[in-house]
Amino acid sequence: MGGFLLRKVGAALIVLVLASMLVFAGVRAIPGDPALALGAENRDPAVLQAIRHKYGLDKPLPVQYLNWISLAVRGDLGTDERELSVSNTIVQRLPITLELAGLAILIGSLIGIGAGVLAAWRRGKAADYAATTVALVGLSVPHFWLGILMIIYFAVRLHWLPAGGYVPFSTSPVQNLEHMLMPAIVLGTGLSAVLMRQMRSSMLGALGADYVRTARAKGLSELSVIGKHALRNSLITVTTVVGLQLGALISGAVITEQIFVIPGFGRLTIDAVNQRDYALLQGVVLVAAAGYVVVNLLVDVVYSLLNPRIRVSGAAT
Amino acid sequence: MSYVDTTAIAINPRARRRRLLRKRFLRRPLAVVGLVVAAAFITAAILAPVVAPYSASATDFNATLAPPFTHGHLLGTDELGRDQLSRIIWGSRASIQAGVFSTLLAIAVAVPIGIIAGYYRGWIDPVIARLTDVLLAFPFLVLAVGLAAILGPSLTNATLALGIGAVPGLIRIARGEALALREEDFVRAAVANGARDASILARHVLPNMLSTLIVQATVTIPAAIIGEAVLSFLGLGVQPPTPSWGVMLSDAQSYVSQAPRLAIFPGIAIFLCSLSFNLLGDGLRDVLDPRTTR
Repeated sequence: MGGFLLRKVGAALIVLVLASMLVFAGVRAIPGDPALALGAENRDPAVLQAIRHKYGLDKPLPVQYLNWISLAVRGDLGTDERELSVSNTIVQRLPITLELAGLAILIGSLIGIGAGVLAAWRRGKAADYAATTVALVGLSVPHFWLGILMIIYFAVRLHWLPAGGYVPFSTSPVQNLEHMLMPAIVLGTGLSAVLMRQMRSSMLGALGADYVRTARAKGLSELSVIGKHALRNSLITVTTVVGLQLGALISGAVITEQIFVIPGFGRLTIDAVNQRDYALLQGVVLVAAAGYVVVNLLVDVVYSLLNPRIRVSGAAT
Repeated sequence: MSYVDTTAIAINPRARRRRLLRKRFLRRPLAVVGLVVAAAFITAAILAPVVAPYSASATDFNATLAPPFTHGHLLGTDELGRDQLSRIIWGSRASIQAGVFSTLLAIAVAVPIGIIAGYYRGWIDPVIARLTDVLLAFPFLVLAVGLAAILGPSLTNATLALGIGAVPGLIRIARGEALALREEDFVRAAVANGARDASILARHVLPNMLSTLIVQATVTIPAAIIGEAVLSFLGLGVQPPTPSWGVMLSDAQSYVSQAPRLAIFPGIAIFLCSLSFNLLGDGLRDVLDPRTTR
């Protein structure tokens, strides 16, 4: 177990370092001299040189990278165009997106796991076909369009829910949830289609396994066979899928927050690009990548705790 | 009847397999519908100048925001009096282009890398695995947004970004296939016969993973079509006034209370287009891979 953990952490660290290099190189590859941008109207070479010196832009690239990353691991991502701390901005915006993602995972899991179990249990029956078809439709629908449709019907036509915006939970829990409901549904249904397919296939695998036959032979009720034996074992696989879907969830948050005007992490990403604020963009992308790597490392560890076989067979990869 | 059977046996095994696959495919109505609709979208994209009733930029200021079936506009017009149907047909070009070319790009990059990792294993396999992880660490849209910032927003760059986004997943699939195929008897026989690696990979490994790749390509295309719409919606893909379904949805946002249909038709187009490829992909998977029969 110790060796397995060490290997996983080591691999994650390597990935993190390479990803941070990629972010750094990517931002440096953006055309234009940052000193010119920072100097605004001032084109005096001496001033530009002073700016380059102040921000360390006159040093070789590897030195610049090391300076940046050594500050970044201590939580300092520098300042953006408006001289605000990038770390602070991210820390302010991130909880909003985490709330949205949490609600989306909740909605997505409830629908996806429920429908997947039902489809596998009623395999080949009408319920199975209905669930499978809905999942396929769910995979084909552009979810941001679903968001626009929901705004048209539930906000503009029926005035049931606000069309967009954000109210902090501490200000008004009810209003907070009202604003979060439609975005969370939009983001959650996208997840549920993927989860449903995964859940159905791993449930089918579990229902065909010997231990389920044994449970049935013991005379256990169908509810207990499905709930206690098959479901529990299938959930292990599905946990990994949620981890892998984190990237899709962040991508989904970017577009969902854009449509529902939620000032979260996703909207910050788009703002950074639109305002050509590269220090901010660099920080945002780094945090997104690091979050993905860390969450997947945790999922890997949890998965290996739940399923000891993987520690042996998964060792090679 | 027996006469037909004997010819079926007499023709070469490849033709027989093709015939069997076609028969199995035609027995799946949803897959056939998917194929027909997907082919229709591709045809519409290629033949847009012939099929579209109006040019995509032709404005009719006597009929702005016209409802469907009025003033000779089947799906109505937008705020500039541009024909919605024509814009959707012209817009299919961007979607199909982004969907197909990004998938081809991803396959061209990912398959050789995946095969090398899976077939040779050794030190190269974990190196490629880590590099794949690095790419996977960037949420697709964050990657695309970053690339658009570096390269500038355009359809070509959006296609490039979508292609790069699809690479890591395809590498893993190609690696897995190569890993399984290298243990197959026919590959071992070829090794024992002293065949060169290049010819083993080209004649035994690649052809045998083709069906998996075809299925994967068919499901990557719809994801890329939606991706193009998202990027264009965000202003990071196709630039107006060039029509694209994502651009149309973005424009429609200002008219959700006056003319919500402007936001409905382009969305239906995206949905039908990606659904058709997904249905086709599911059907092909059932036909080509007997392991997943339901």
